[in-house]
Amino acid sequence: MTTSTPPTVLVPPPEPVRREPPVKAVRRVFSHPYASIGVTLIVLFWTIPTFGLFINSFRSKQDAATTGWWQFFAHPSFSLGNYHYVLFSGGGTVLPLVNSLAITIPATIIPIALASMAAFALAWVRFRGSDAIFFTIFALQVVPLQMALVPLQRFYNFGAHIGSFSLFPGKTVTGLAEIWVSHTMFSLPLAIFLLHNFISQLPESLIEAARVDGATYLQIYRRIVLPLAGPAIASFAIFQFIWVWNDLLVAKTFGGTDPATQPVTARVQNLYGNFGAHPQYLAPAGFITMVIPLIVFLALQRYFVRGLLAGSVKG
Amino acid sequence: MAGDQAVILASTLSDSTSRIWNVLESVGGFLGILILVFFIAGRATGRLQKPLTVLICLGPAIVLLIVGLVVPAIDTIIISLHNQQFLGQRACPPHPSPGFPCYKGVGLANYRYDFTDSYTRSTLVHTLGWLIIVPTVTVAVGLLAALLMDRMRHTAVPKTLIFMPTAISLVGGSFTWAYVYNYIEPSQPQTGLLSQIVIKLGWKNPPNWLLSSPLNLYLEMIILIWIQAGFAMVVLNAALKAIPEDVLEAARMDGATGFRLFRSVQVPMIRTTLIVVTTTVMLTTLKAFDIVLTLNNGNFNTDVLARQMYADMFVTGQVSRGASLAVILFLCVTPLVIFNVIQLRKERTR
Repeated sequence: MTTSTPPTVLVPPPEPVRREPPVKAVRRVFSHPYASIGVTLIVLFWTIPTFGLFINSFRSKQDAATTGWWQFFAHPSFSLGNYHYVLFSGGGTVLPLVNSLAITIPATIIPIALASMAAFALAWVRFRGSDAIFFTIFALQVVPLQMALVPLQRFYNFGAHIGSFSLFPGKTVTGLAEIWVSHTMFSLPLAIFLLHNFISQLPESLIEAARVDGATYLQIYRRIVLPLAGPAIASFAIFQFIWVWNDLLVAKTFGGTDPATQPVTARVQNLYGNFGAHPQYLAPAGFITMVIPLIVFLALQRYFVRGLLAGSVKG
Repeated sequence: MAGDQAVILASTLSDSTSRIWNVLESVGGFLGILILVFFIAGRATGRLQKPLTVLICLGPAIVLLIVGLVVPAIDTIIISLHNQQFLGQRACPPHPSPGFPCYKGVGLANYRYDFTDSYTRSTLVHTLGWLIIVPTVTVAVGLLAALLMDRMRHTAVPKTLIFMPTAISLVGGSFTWAYVYNYIEPSQPQTGLLSQIVIKLGWKNPPNWLLSSPLNLYLEMIILIWIQAGFAMVVLNAALKAIPEDVLEAARMDGATGFRLFRSVQVPMIRTTLIVVTTTVMLTTLKAFDIVLTLNNGNFNTDVLARQMYADMFVTGQVSRGASLAVILFLCVTPLVIFNVIQLRKERTR
């Protein structure tokens, strides 16, 4: 109805000269339709497959096998039967979910503790060869996991010996600890590298001042570096948690056959063998395994603003 | 019946609590030991302090890395020069009795096989395709999303939605997309979204997606891109946000807008992050075997190095051949890491 309003009203009052910061102006122009349309398209592509799985998780086997999930809107049918089966009666994924937590929590905390210490030493306790060690650790990311599994398993079983001298007896690391130690080993290169990026960018003056005041290196690590690296540690923790949670290979190799230590990924894979057998249970199983990593991500999300690699941007 | 379930539930619950409690005790014990070590080491002063700090901070990490990665890597290289078939097989003594199952050195025979066998050669080509296409597209999509997000106001919801696939395991992601790629005779009602869409668009006879080569290769790549783009977006978005406002403002004063601002200011500022993200995605791509394993077990011309290596080592009893593939994989990534190291050195000396 704007066309019918009297023209006098259409004349805008003289605008107060308000100089907008140029960056804001750029943002404003681009926050225009293009950005929103682009993001909407990406979001659609990134959500629809999961959404379809989600819908199918509530449909009966018959429905899911004969019609597409979009038929749900024409012929809604809803039951929690699949979830009940997967969690309690046939699937028994409750305990494996607990196992997954029991694997993931230590396998997130231990690498972060060790990696942040190592990153601190490499960044601030400069010594001869520290650069070489740093680059070697970074380069170790190249080693494929599959390569390490067999020797590692032998090590857990038989220990390490040079001749008849035993550096480390076998069978000292067992059960869950095997999985924790393995995950720790495999995550250290990336963890040290990323945390080093952040920790080495902390203001030098801060560390120097603490040194002058007589703080020891370990005190500096505990009182200055650790609190300041909080955001970086939190964001790495999210990824480490998700990677460990979703891992199948390590868990299968070191604990997959024992139901008492089996994580939920291995359980789900065992239960359904291949996709053809019980498709109606895969969707709810998929969702059950997704819930916890998503909660972790949402809980720690705000740290991303000052996030993981903020330190690698030159100011 | 209901009573039974209650009993089972109760026992599961108490089981779970005790298990979680044990884990928390272990973690507490670990942190306790760390604090104790810190406390004792804190007494040391003077010349001893620095070496002691290095030992405490770096020691555990280095020991774990040597045991978990360096020794296995050397081990694998040695095995790849033999003809070991199954795990636990012994090396031949100097004078083996005939018929005694043992393995011996064969030089570079495994590598010669890898590059002459047509199946393995095609595996190598596929892996190369994954290695080039997946990281490129992932980073491109992630960067695009990050840039668009940087220019929007309410980003919490879209960011979470795009990130969501990262929280799904590779196996879960494969199942999700198996629904999309599902093939049913065109005359029947469709259950696969992709078939449904192309039929609606007028393609009367869509192929059986996952069986038709080389299309299936790209369809499987899409899954990995879909899973990892959220990771790329989140990290790149954080890096873009960390660019100081006054830098952007100065660039804008000099007349840089839109694409030029992006190309000559934002990209150089997040260069290191871009390299790190690309490397991380590449390494994940090389090691990921779950998708191919789940969807068609490497059949129909889709096999990749990581899957064939897994099968060689754990399924088909060709340990040494698997080891040689691992070494090839290792050599493929090495230039990447050397490039990264050179870049990092530049950053550091600046």
